[in-house]
Amino acid sequence: MFNEFFIRGCSAIGAGLAVIAGIGPGVGQGIAAGHAASAVGRNPGAKGDVTGTMLLGQAVAETTGLYGLLVAMLLLFVKPLDIK
Amino acid sequence: MPTGMLLSENLDFMVKGIFQIGDTGIWVTTTHVCLLIVLIALCIFAICAGRTMKKATDVPGGFQNVIEIIVDMLDGMVGNTMGKNGKNFRNYIGTLFIFILISNFSGLLGLRPPTADYGVTLPLGLLSFTLIFVNKLRYQKPSGFLKGLCNPWPFWAPINVIGDVAVPISLSLRLFANILSGTVMMALVYGLLGKIAYGWPSVLHAYFDVFSGAIQTYVFCMLTMTYISDAMTTEE
Repeated sequence: MFNEFFIRGCSAIGAGLAVIAGIGPGVGQGIAAGHAASAVGRNPGAKGDVTGTMLLGQAVAETTGLYGLLVAMLLLFVKPLDIK
Repeated sequence: MPTGMLLSENLDFMVKGIFQIGDTGIWVTTTHVCLLIVLIALCIFAICAGRTMKKATDVPGGFQNVIEIIVDMLDGMVGNTMGKNGKNFRNYIGTLFIFILISNFSGLLGLRPPTADYGVTLPLGLLSFTLIFVNKLRYQKPSGFLKGLCNPWPFWAPINVIGDVAVPISLSLRLFANILSGTVMMALVYGLLGKIAYGWPSVLHAYFDVFSGAIQTYVFCMLTMTYISDAMTTEE
């Protein structure tokens, strides 16, 4: 039963589970963008600074989601679990 | 092999070996070729820029204007972030910025962006890490360095070391994964929707190559500068 097809299938399921990590950064980036929007609403003169800070923070927050993506990529295309 | 997914036959985003150097097992890959193209383009630009600036006029015309805008922008970015420490790092950050930006944009020309290969981004991360480490040792002195390591308690040191070592890894993985995800998306579009991919993928190119590439370049340079100026501030 535990042949290479089984391992490929499990790898695909694992890849799917790994990209669930995208939920967290999505929520975080949304919150950051929302606060940035309200900050610009309060002080439209600081739009440039607020946007720069927001983008920097969002890009840093994105990292954890990207790690999930990397795990999924490794499972799908590098196939580390295959029987050699 | 029948197990190969339909996808993996049409998908075309992996690094491919072009030819092997002797029997050493060292391959010249698409990354090398794309890197070479980017470097040649940058060298030509630099030579042209140097020629133009040698006979610079007081009232800048066409090309000289462009160069001055670029240099002004990079100087302003470094100056705003690093303050008075900034002037020693303008060369490094500027080079980094231009190189990563052109590498990311090279996806527009149908090349595989060199930054979508971990072998390119890890050295960039290590370079930044070396700068951070050296500046920390230079400005905080070994005693301050040890004090920072044993903050808040001495037995916390292993966790601080892990935190320090994670800096180049997270820096390089962030850039790599972002550009790779863009490359994979474009490969999916061209591989699976190749028959109807006329015109409209340019919107995706604008997002994944231009927007995402520019943001990641900015973030990489910003974080490098932040870490360096963090390392240069002493406790007193």
